[in-house]
Amino acid sequence: MQKTKVVLTAVALIAGSVPGLLADELDHVANIKPAYEEGGHYFTAEDIPTYNIKEDGTVDWPTYSGFRRYHSECHVCHGPEGEGSTYAPALKVSVLNMDYYDFLEVVTNGRQKVNASENSVMPELGTNPNVMCYINDIYVYLKARGTGDLGRGRPAKKEAKSDAIREEENACLAQ
Amino acid sequence: MRRLMISALVLGFCTGSAYANDELQELIEDPGQWAIQTGDYKNHRYSELDEINKENVGDLHVSWTFSTGVLRGHEGSPLVIDGIMYVHTPFPNIVYALDLKDEGKIIWKYEPKQDPNVIPVMCCDTVYRGVAYADGKIILHQADTKVVALDSKTGEVVWSVVNGDPSKGETNTATVLPVNDKVLVGISGGEFGVRGSVTAYNLEDGSQVWRAYSMGPDSDMLVDPEKTMHLGKPIGKNSSLATWEGDQWKIGGGTTWGWYAYDPEENLVYYGTGNPSTWNPAQRPGDNRWSMTIMARDLDTGMARWFYQMTPHDEWDYDGVNEMILTDQEFNGEQRKLLTHFDRNGFGYTMDRLTGELLVAEKYDPAVNWATHVEMDKDSVQYGRPQVVAEFSTEQNGEDVNSTGICPAALGTKDQQPSAYSPKTGLFYVPTNHVCMDYEPFRVAYAAGQPYVGATLSMYPPSNSHGGMGNFIAWDNEKGEIKWSLPERFSVWSGALATAGDIVFYGTLEGYLKAIDSETGEELYKFKTPSGIIGNVMTYTLDGKQYIAVLSGVGGWAGIGLAAGLTNPTEGLGAVGGYAALSDYTALGGQLTVFSLPN
Repeated sequence: MQKTKVVLTAVALIAGSVPGLLADELDHVANIKPAYEEGGHYFTAEDIPTYNIKEDGTVDWPTYSGFRRYHSECHVCHGPEGEGSTYAPALKVSVLNMDYYDFLEVVTNGRQKVNASENSVMPELGTNPNVMCYINDIYVYLKARGTGDLGRGRPAKKEAKSDAIREEENACLAQ
Repeated sequence: MRRLMISALVLGFCTGSAYANDELQELIEDPGQWAIQTGDYKNHRYSELDEINKENVGDLHVSWTFSTGVLRGHEGSPLVIDGIMYVHTPFPNIVYALDLKDEGKIIWKYEPKQDPNVIPVMCCDTVYRGVAYADGKIILHQADTKVVALDSKTGEVVWSVVNGDPSKGETNTATVLPVNDKVLVGISGGEFGVRGSVTAYNLEDGSQVWRAYSMGPDSDMLVDPEKTMHLGKPIGKNSSLATWEGDQWKIGGGTTWGWYAYDPEENLVYYGTGNPSTWNPAQRPGDNRWSMTIMARDLDTGMARWFYQMTPHDEWDYDGVNEMILTDQEFNGEQRKLLTHFDRNGFGYTMDRLTGELLVAEKYDPAVNWATHVEMDKDSVQYGRPQVVAEFSTEQNGEDVNSTGICPAALGTKDQQPSAYSPKTGLFYVPTNHVCMDYEPFRVAYAAGQPYVGATLSMYPPSNSHGGMGNFIAWDNEKGEIKWSLPERFSVWSGALATAGDIVFYGTLEGYLKAIDSETGEELYKFKTPSGIIGNVMTYTLDGKQYIAVLSGVGGWAGIGLAAGLTNPTEGLGAVGGYAALSDYTALGGQLTVFSLPN
C-alpha cells in the first residue's frame, strides 16, 4: 500500500510536469500507464492490471497469455483479437469504456440482452477456471488491443514467464 | 403366443412406415415441391425444373421478399409443400407457414419459449439449418435440443421430446431427417465435451426407438464387433474404448450436426461424426474412435454396418460431419453404388456405400498441406490413414508450441454448407473455404457446460494464391480432380443448387446470389441481397411457374472471423483484397429473397 502511494505521487508529478497535456491524455496515463510491477504483472497507479509493451515490441507475459486465453475462450463469440463478430461486441472497445470491476462483474455473472431486436447473452464464466485463472491476462491483452499499442496477430516477442506467475497458475487451476 | 404378438407388431409397424414414407417420397420426387432440406435423401440438391435455364437466367428478377424478424446467421432453406412455404429462423427458432397462393400471407407462426442461456453454449452463432416435413407434421429441432412436431396446417403441437441437456453444452443446429416411421436426430456441442449420438424417434408420437453413441462401450455404439466393418475388417471388441485414455470418451465429442443421407434399397442411413474434445491433442492420446468417422447404420435397428475414420486422433478440428452424397455411377467401367464426401480435412472421398471400401481420396483444394495423401495400399498398416506432415502436426510440435501455415484452417476446406450433384453433368458443385491457420494447443480443464477448447487459432488466406478466402469448384469423383474452380473473395458458406436448366446457383458472404453455367462455370447472373448468404438455395413451382429462393443473414462461423477480417502474419504474400473485412460489404440481416423470370 505504501509503495503504491509513493509511486502514485511520482506519476502525478511527472504528469503535472508535462506542459500542455490534455485531460483525456491524463486519464489515459492514469488508466493505462504501468506504475509498478509485481512478479511479472503490471499495475496502474490505482492497482488496476495493465500491460507493458517495450519499445522493441516485447510484451509482458500476462498480455501474451491473454492473447492465448482470449482465443481459446472468448473468440468464438467475440471474434479474433477482440474485433467483435456479427453477434457479439468488440471487447477491445468494451474494456476501454468499462470500469475494470464492471468487466469482472460481467465475465463472472454474465449478462442478457434479449428483446425484439437482440438475442445477445453473455454466459456466467465465474466457475470456469480456464477463464477466471487468466481473467487479468485477458483484460490487459484486450486493453492493449483497444489502445492500439498492440497490433493484430500473435505478439512476436514476450517477457519470460516468471516463477511467481507459474506458481499462481498452478495454484489457481488446482482449485 | 408371444411370437405371434411380435409378428403382429412388426406387421403393424411396416404398414405405418410404408404410408408415411410413400407420402414424403412422392413429395420429394415432385420437382414442384421442396419437401426436405437436402432436396432428396441422396443429398443431390438437384432439381428437374428447367423453366429457368442457362439461356434465360440472365433475365431473373426479384419476385417477392420476406423479413424473418431475426438478425442472426440464417442457414438452411425454406420448404415448400402443396403451396405452403415453411420458413424457419435462427434462435429463437420461429417457424412461419406462408400461403403462396395468397401473396405469402402468414397462415400460422410458431415461436417456442427457450431459455436464452442456450445462446452462449452454441458454438459459432445461433444458426439452425431448417425444419423437416413428414406425415402432416413440420418437425422443428430447437437450439435447446427440444424436438417439436407441429401440425403442418395449423401449427399446433402434436408431440415434443427433449434430446439433450444444454446445461452440459448439448445444443442443436441441424435439421432432422424423417425416414419411414422414424425421425433421426443429431446433437451439437463438440466444443463443450459433449459425447455425440444419433437418436431415432417414432414419427407418430416422439417416443425413442434407438440411440447410437459415437464412442464408448460397444453396446452404447450399436455395433457388432464381428460384423461392423472398418476398411474391410471387423472392428473387433471395444474398438472405441481401446483408443481413449481412461474415461475420456465420456467427454469425447464426435457430435453429429451435419446432413444425413438414406438409401432405401439398403435401408442404410449415412452421416459423419465431429471432432474429438478437446482441441488439444496431447490431452487425449490414441485414435479417439469413432470421432471423425463416416457411419453407415441400419435405419430400423441403428446397428452399424461400416465405419471409416478419416482423421484418426484429430489435431486440427477437422469435423467429419459434412454431407454424404449418394450416387449410382459407373466407376472404372463398373456400375457401383457410391458415397461421395467432401471432408473438412480437405480430402474428397469416394467410397462404395455398401461395403465402406475406400475408392478415391484426393485433395479438393491444392492448398491442403497437413497430409501428403491418404494411404490407398490395402496391404499397408497405414491403409486409409492420412499421412501427416510433421511440420503441421500440432501433436508432434507439442503443447504450447504454435504450428504455423496449416491448410486448411479449422473451418475446413468445406464446412456444413452442402454441395450439389447434377446427374446431367456427373459433376459435384462444392462451396469451399480457402483459408489456412496457425494453431497452438494448450492444457485445459473440463467443466460441464463450459467451453472445452484448448487451442489458440489465427486464420488467413493461403499464400501464393488468388488472395481470396473461398472457391466454388466442380469436382469429378471418379478421377478425384477439380474440373474448374471459381475464386471468391470470401469463403463460400452457402449451399448450392443444380438444376436441369444447366445452371448451378450459390450465395456469397457479400450477399450475392449467383447463377453459373453447370458445364463451364461461366457466371450468368448475380444479384446482391440485403445481407451475406449462408443459407442454401432451393427451388419450387407455383401454378407451373418456377421460383428460386434463398435466405440472407450473415453469421455462423463465417461471421466470427470473417466479420473482422483475417489477420495476416505473412504480410505482403497475399493479395490485399483477401484481407478485406466482411463488414465493409454487408451487415446483419434476416430475409428471404424469391426470384423468377418476368411474366
